[in-house]
Order: sequence, then structure tokens, then C-alpha cells
Amino acid sequence: MRRIFAWAVLLFLMAPMLAVVPLSFSGSEVLRFPPEGFSWRWYVAFFASDRWLLASRNSLIVASAVAVVATLLGTLAALGLHLARFRGRGLILALLAMPIVTPSIVTAAAVFFAFSVVGLTGSLVGLVLAHTVIAVPFVVIAVLASVQGFDPVLLRAAAGLGASPAAAFRRVMLPLIAPGVATGAVFAFATSFDEFIITLFIAGPGQFTLPRQMYASVREFLDPTICAAAVLLFLCSLVLLLLSEAARGRR
Amino acid sequence: MARRHNRLAALLLAPLLLLLCGSFFIPVARILVTAVADPELSEALPRTAALLRGWDGQGPPPEPVFVAIGEELAAALRDRRIGRVAQRLNFEQSGMRSLLLRTARAGVTSRAALVALDARWGAPETWTLLRGAAGPATGLYLLRALDLVRSPDGAIQPVPKDDALYRTLFLRTLWIALVVTAICVVLAYPVAAVLAGLPPRWSRIGMLLVLVPFWTSVLVRTTAWFVLLQREGPLNAALVALGLVDQPVQLIGTRFAVVLAMVHVLLPFAILPAYSVMKRIDPALMRAAASLGAPGWWRFLAIHLPLSLPGVAAGAAFVFLLSAGYFITPALLGGPQDQMVASFIAFFMNQTVNWGMASALACLLLAMAGAVLALARGLLPGVLSGRFRA
Repeated sequence: MRRIFAWAVLLFLMAPMLAVVPLSFSGSEVLRFPPEGFSWRWYVAFFASDRWLLASRNSLIVASAVAVVATLLGTLAALGLHLARFRGRGLILALLAMPIVTPSIVTAAAVFFAFSVVGLTGSLVGLVLAHTVIAVPFVVIAVLASVQGFDPVLLRAAAGLGASPAAAFRRVMLPLIAPGVATGAVFAFATSFDEFIITLFIAGPGQFTLPRQMYASVREFLDPTICAAAVLLFLCSLVLLLLSEAARGRR
Repeated sequence: MARRHNRLAALLLAPLLLLLCGSFFIPVARILVTAVADPELSEALPRTAALLRGWDGQGPPPEPVFVAIGEELAAALRDRRIGRVAQRLNFEQSGMRSLLLRTARAGVTSRAALVALDARWGAPETWTLLRGAAGPATGLYLLRALDLVRSPDGAIQPVPKDDALYRTLFLRTLWIALVVTAICVVLAYPVAAVLAGLPPRWSRIGMLLVLVPFWTSVLVRTTAWFVLLQREGPLNAALVALGLVDQPVQLIGTRFAVVLAMVHVLLPFAILPAYSVMKRIDPALMRAAASLGAPGWWRFLAIHLPLSLPGVAAGAAFVFLLSAGYFITPALLGGPQDQMVASFIAFFMNQTVNWGMASALACLLLAMAGAVLALARGLLPGVLSGRFRA
């Protein structure tokens, strides 16, 4: 009984996506269920649309940049936190986690307000900065989890054996934290790739990302192209999930 | 050695802290300031503002105030700087915009001429209002966000019934967040318990069914519901086929649609921490209790529930936190009666460009989130790492 209930809830979690897949292959203009006929036309329409292509490009550029910046800064910060012996270490960790627990509408309003003063709204750079803020805590937490138990004495031992600091870091520390860094990077990419509210505020039409374009399309005109876009984005998420599982498996 | 470590640690932390200061902490702090700042009058009419701050508020203000406001209004109109101060005063008292514009266009600069142009320039309330707006700070927006106003004599009182809006809004936001959280907990608990008890292979498959939607973009999932809940959509088709309804019903724009989709989006946040805690409950405890003769419900209440509670509570806190600030789902699936605080913040930022009001609402939302965090203190780190462990 309990098991049936649990599997029913799991089915409920998967159902919406599963229902959208057949609709994206519909042969007709209207989103009627069950779909009539089978065609690739909505996928063709997606790849023929300048707006969807621009949004895909923007999403890939921003998410990649966020993954690089957030992973770099987040990894450095996590190593710093690991080394730190001063009081206030807990406070810094709490500060770094703040963007996760702050309601995203508040972050979005604050960032919009501040960026409009310095002219960072309507630019991809502004998007990357804002997305990095909400993505970086995940990197810090993931890397911190992987350095737990790493003894700095190992670094000194490497130095004692004649390794330069850079070599000691690369040969001793990096292999240990690599899975955490990889997990953080995937999370950072996914966080930016999904982000919507900040983008809604600070992106102009030239900076629309995929979620932003999807929102615009739902509000303006509903046609099965949206289902095709949803399925494509869904596939992207699956790839990201597999990547994160692979990174976790290496731990 | 520890000193050198600390210096290196500071060096490693510095870049990220700098970035967060510039793109998060300072912007959020500015929001807090903007909620109580009142710069419009003193920016557009600096001399008038200075004179009003020096005025004791008794009787009509002295003649120089009339001269100053007349001259400065005309100048502000010429330089197109009058819009913001007009909007600011009009927000507090409707009709002020037209009064300012009329006076600016007339270009009159004496007490007699101003009063002759519009009797309101002779009324003490007008000047009390202007004097209140001349200061560097105002409680106007925060009070309004609680459906309160300051009357001309300075007392704080509720706004007229027809203008009351925000208390209902906050109560509605809290209510929707509570309902969504409660449903999520009720659904998540058995799922997590069953998954934690399954043999590894099946539990992996089950977890995948949680993780796949968890990783799917929120907008994709909300859009999927938008499609599903259409009049011609699958859900209506199923309802009609089952004979539950005669003809398709309107689902988009209802509270039901909002709660349904929010539960769907947030449920994994409740399942994952509960699962990671339950996975660590030693099954030997339950077996021991059983061998000592404790019946099933007693084993559950005495062992499983208390041991799993931290994970469940952490998940519930996170779901509540996320749903209280929700924007997308009500915006796409709800009607006007389902909009939450976030929608109003967006409205004031984008539509009416009333940053004071947007900031005041954001402050109250932030305070609400802070209260939840304080209640759930110590639980959240568990949730966050649960995202990786699960």
C-alpha cells in the first residue's frame, strides 16, 4: 500500500514531462491530446527560429562563463575556508550561503537596481555576474565536502620532498578535490541554465536565455514549438544529471 | 604556521567575497536603504526641501517657501526633472501630480498667486505632506506595505478599506506557502521512507525518478503544466474520458493549478533531505524494537519518526522558503487572485517603477525568510549538502 503510494508520487513527478514529449511530435497546430499524426515540424521550427537560436546561444554562453567563473572563485574560496583557522570562519561560510536562502525575487530586484546604476543591465556580462552569485555557493559546498579530511600536512610533506607549491597543489591536492570541483561546475552550469527571475529583470531582448524565451512564448502565443523546446531543455537537464552522477561516482 | 595559513586563506577568499559584495551584499543593502529613503523632493526641489526642513510646521509656511517652490517647480519642468517627485507625492496623495504640473506650468512665485491658482496651496495638509517628503528618510513605503498610513497629525492608522491590499497579499503568500509545504511533506515522507527501505537497485531507479525532475528547469516544468492544464490538454481529456466532468473545465488561472505545479516543482526539495536522513537510520534498531514486541506504529513513532525528523524539517523549511518567494508559477498558471508578494515586487520594479514600494515589500519578504531561517537554524546545512549526498 505504502509502496503503491510512493510509486504513484514518483509517477506524478515524471508525468508532466512524459506527457509533453508526444505533444512535441504533434502534426497539428493546436495542443490537443492525444496528438494527431507524427511530425518533426516543431523541432524544425525551433531550429529555424531566430529567437530560439539566440536564446540557446545566450544560455550556452552565460552558463559556460558562469561555470568557469563560479568554479574558479568557489574552489579558491573553499580551499581558503579549509585552511582558515581564524574566528569568523563560520560567519564567512554563512555569508557565502546567503544567496541560496535569499528569496530569488529579492536578489533579482536588488541586482536590477544596482546594475541599472552602473549600466550592467541588458548585457551578458551582467547576467554572468548575477548568475555567478547564486551558483557559487554550490561550488563552495561541493568542494568543501571533498576537502573535508584532507590534511594540509600532506602539502608540507610534498614540499619537504622537493615539490614546488604549484606542483604540490597539482599532484597532491587537485586529484583529491577534483570530483568536488567537477560536481560544483556542473551545478553552477545547471543553476545558470535554469535561472529565470534575475534574467527576467536584467536581460533585454538581446540577452534572452532559454527560460526567458520560454516564458515569453507561453505568454504570447502557445504553439507546439514550446513543447519541442521543453523536450530539448529536458534532454539538456538529463545530460547535466548524468554528468553530475559521473562526477559523484569518482568520489 | 597558523598565521601563514590564515593569510593564504584570506587571499583565497578575497576574490569571491569581492564579487559577492559588488553583486549581492551591496545591492541587497541598497534595497534595504531604498525602502526607507526619500530622495525625490530634495533632489528635484533642493531649496524648497531645505526651507521645509527648517519650518516648524505651525500655520502656513513663510513666504520664501512659496517663492522657492514656484521657481523650482518651473525649473524642474523645464529640465524634465519633475516626473519622479510628482510620482512620489502622487503615490502618497493622489492628485498631487496634477497640482505640481499645473503650478509648474503657471510659473507663479508668490503665496497669493499660488493660492489663487489652486486653493490646495493654502491648505495645511498639503504643506505637511511636502514637509514629510523633504526629509532624508520616510516610513511611507514600509507602512503602506502593512496597509498603514500616517495621518496629517502624525498618527499611524490603517488605510481606508478600499486601499487595503498588502496584508491580504502577505497572508495569501503565507497561506499558499504553508499549503504547498504541508502537501510536500505529506507526499515526501512515505516516498523517502519507501525509497530508503528498497534494495539498492530499486532505490537507485526510484531516486532517478526524483532527480530527473529535480534537474529539469523550473520553467520547463511549469510550461509542461501549462500545456497539460489547457482546455484541450491531457488532464481535461482524461477527466472527460473518465466521466468525471461533462465538458473540459477551466484549470489555468486557478489556485488549484498554482498549488499543483508548485508542489510538483518543490517536492524533490522535500524528498531529498528526508531520504538522506532515513538512509542513515540503522535497520537493526527497528528489528530490535520488533523483537522486543513493539508493534509497527510504536516502532514508527519511537524510532523512525524522531530519527528522520531533522531531514523532514529541513526539507519543509527549504520548501517554505522557496515557495514564499515564488514568482513563475503564479505568474503563468494563476489568476489575479493567486499572485504572491514576488509578483507585486516585479510589478513595482518593472511597471510603475516605484522602487520605494518594491524595496519595502522585498524587505518584508526578507524578514519573513529570516524568521523561517531562524526557526530552522542548524537544519539548512543538512539540506544543502543533501543535494550532493542524495
